Amino acid sequence: MSIEAPLASGAGPDDTPEPSLIARLCARHGDRPAALIEILHDLQEALGAVPDGALGEIAGRLNLTRAEVHGVVSFYHDFRARPAGPVQVKVCRAEACQAMGARALIERLCARQGVALGGTSAGGVTIEAVYCLGLCAQSPAAQVNGRLHARLTDDRLDAAIAAEAAGAAGAAA
Amino acid sequence: MTVTVYVPRDAAAKAVGADAVAAAIAAEAAVRGLDVRLVRNGSRGLLWLEPLVEVATPHGRVAYGPVDAADVADLFAAGFLAGGEHPLGLGPTDEIAYLKAQQRLTFARIGLADPLDLQAYEDQGGLAGLRQALAMAPEAVVEQVTQSGLRGRGGAGFPAGIKWKTVLDQPAGPDSPKYVCCNADEGDSGTFADRLLMEGDPFCILEGMIIAGLATGAAEGLVYLRSEYPDAIATMTEAVAILERAGWLGADIAGSGRGFRIEIRRGAGAYICGEESSMLESLEGRRGTVRAKPPIPAIAGLFGRPTLVNNVLTLASVPWILGHGADAYRDFGMGRSRGTQAFQLAGNIRRGGLVEMAFGVTLRELVEDFGGGTASGRPFRSAQLGGPLGAYVDAPMLDLPMDYEALADAGAMLGHGGVVVFDDTVDMAEMARFAFEFCEIESCGKCTPCRVGATRGRETVEKVLRGEDVARNLVLIEDLAELMRDGSLCAMGGLTPMPVLSAIRLFPEDFDRAPAVAAE
Ligand SMILES: Cc1cc2nc3c(=O)[nH]c(=O)nc-3n(C[C@H](O)[C@H](O)[C@H](O)COP(=O)(O)O)c2cc1C
Ligand code: FES
Repeated sequence: MSIEAPLASGAGPDDTPEPSLIARLCARHGDRPAALIEILHDLQEALGAVPDGALGEIAGRLNLTRAEVHGVVSFYHDFRARPAGPVQVKVCRAEACQAMGARALIERLCARQGVALGGTSAGGVTIEAVYCLGLCAQSPAAQVNGRLHARLTDDRLDAAIAAEAAGAAGAAA
Repeated sequence: MTVTVYVPRDAAAKAVGADAVAAAIAAEAAVRGLDVRLVRNGSRGLLWLEPLVEVATPHGRVAYGPVDAADVADLFAAGFLAGGEHPLGLGPTDEIAYLKAQQRLTFARIGLADPLDLQAYEDQGGLAGLRQALAMAPEAVVEQVTQSGLRGRGGAGFPAGIKWKTVLDQPAGPDSPKYVCCNADEGDSGTFADRLLMEGDPFCILEGMIIAGLATGAAEGLVYLRSEYPDAIATMTEAVAILERAGWLGADIAGSGRGFRIEIRRGAGAYICGEESSMLESLEGRRGTVRAKPPIPAIAGLFGRPTLVNNVLTLASVPWILGHGADAYRDFGMGRSRGTQAFQLAGNIRRGGLVEMAFGVTLRELVEDFGGGTASGRPFRSAQLGGPLGAYVDAPMLDLPMDYEALADAGAMLGHGGVVVFDDTVDMAEMARFAFEFCEIESCGKCTPCRVGATRGRETVEKVLRGEDVARNLVLIEDLAELMRDGSLCAMGGLTPMPVLSAIRLFPEDFDRAPAVAAE
């Protein structure tokens, strides 16, 4: 079985996962259906997303139906069908961060980037909500391209985003 | 002479610049031609002081914090390598009041050494519990856990010994395995104790799991670790590999002829997967929908097999209990809450961090004496105890002893030990709305009271916020809450009413929106 749909743009050079990638990832986990979530994480790390087109092949490898795999992918907040922008901001809006002004911080961030929570700005910054990063004694907190930042202010958050944007631009050049 | 300097590698330290501090120390030492050995230790849990840098001096460890990379040259100039005075100086680490006043049993080792240094772990008492367990019959190990009075630290407070005994009593064989599952999903806002321990003393948790395997007859362990904790995933994965190489994990533990192996498995951003049956579904590779009980996991859990599900801290308490004896553990605490609890001070608090104390410490001691009041300096208004499904409390409740029963009697719960503080700017009606919204986002969708109730609840609180028919809508919320509490399949829907109703009961003025709206 092969990929049915091409990936959205921005996935990097390997737009279309070769069947061998999925086969390799499944084999790494012994083709066990119980390891489906690990396999999906690995795939998303490789491609930036779990594209719809990959589900059929994963299902075939693990002896599941495509509907079962789709059900799992859609259940978990981590998995995305399209890659995020070059800078992905996951900002905490759980209670401890709210107690330190996270809501207003998020609103101001979205306004500065000109994008609604959950969206990607024209400049390629994706802003999403998470619920607790385990940094609740140093709220507010966020993760920018996987790196954690706490005791956030508008300036610190902008600096973290700018640093990742510069890094992404450097990598693309 | 080589001087050892400690800069934590914990996520809480790295999130406020610890890597840059470590790099700056290495660079400055090189420039000055000084011989510095940098150790990346775990965090001491004094989180408002992170990055907390320590120097090993002939008179013990001396602390400085919070250190910024820009402070490093100045610290060298002040002679911090010899414990020199500096505005960031905190004196001997062990004398810091916040730390000195604590009763650290489970967290006795965090921050002392490189968390992946197995020799240091042993030197500081590690593996003593496991050695003890290897010399005992499984029944005797379970008896120790029972005698200690240890209760589950994941939230429900179920006696650990009873659960262990149930799993032990199930038949096992080569084709009918049993499992130990460590619940490291730690999704509650305001909690980070599991994370601190996974990053700061991973061997302790794994040692607890191995003991649990020996005691219950399970040969396989899984850690379900939330994906929001990449540093903990890396540290725990490495710790497993180190124990395998050292022969403490594998087919034959330390030549005992008994085997145990551990697999680290990632979650995928679903709060509900901390609920044990949903976690088991997820470990089987499925959607994390909750299972109806009975059967309980101890009888039919992972792949339908007997499974011991315990929280990180429950399992990590066991090595101490085996090493020091059940009675020594029992001596801490009050009533039916024995031992110590890892309290986590979070939110709007001046000195946030980890406070391990015997049960019975009052909320006031935690929030005021340890925590130093609010971070904003404004008056304390409320605290949410025990995560997003826990109750809000008000200032008159600050003298409550922190104990499972005392809190339950007061209409609150201890949960995983999180204390999230809010100052007087908090809008409690908004927090009630958020409680429903969180349930709406995170409900697994299997049962109607939780799935639909959360949405209806949010909408109804929004009407109250707009001042629409307030009295009638508040009655509706009470009815809905009762339905969710009594009709939900698990505590997600069952406990969401707790924050909502406690907010309404203790802070009715925040829900009295009609006049404000009418005046607009
Ligand atoms: C919605 C929900 C979320 C939960 N999240 C966690 C969690 O993150 N960690 C945890 O240990 N227990 C969590 N629990 C409790 C578990 O269901 C279970 O009681 C616990 O893992 C048992 O271990 P213990 O007896 O050692 O506490 C949660 C329960 C519910 C209802
Ligand atoms: S609540 Fe934001 S990090 Fe925990």
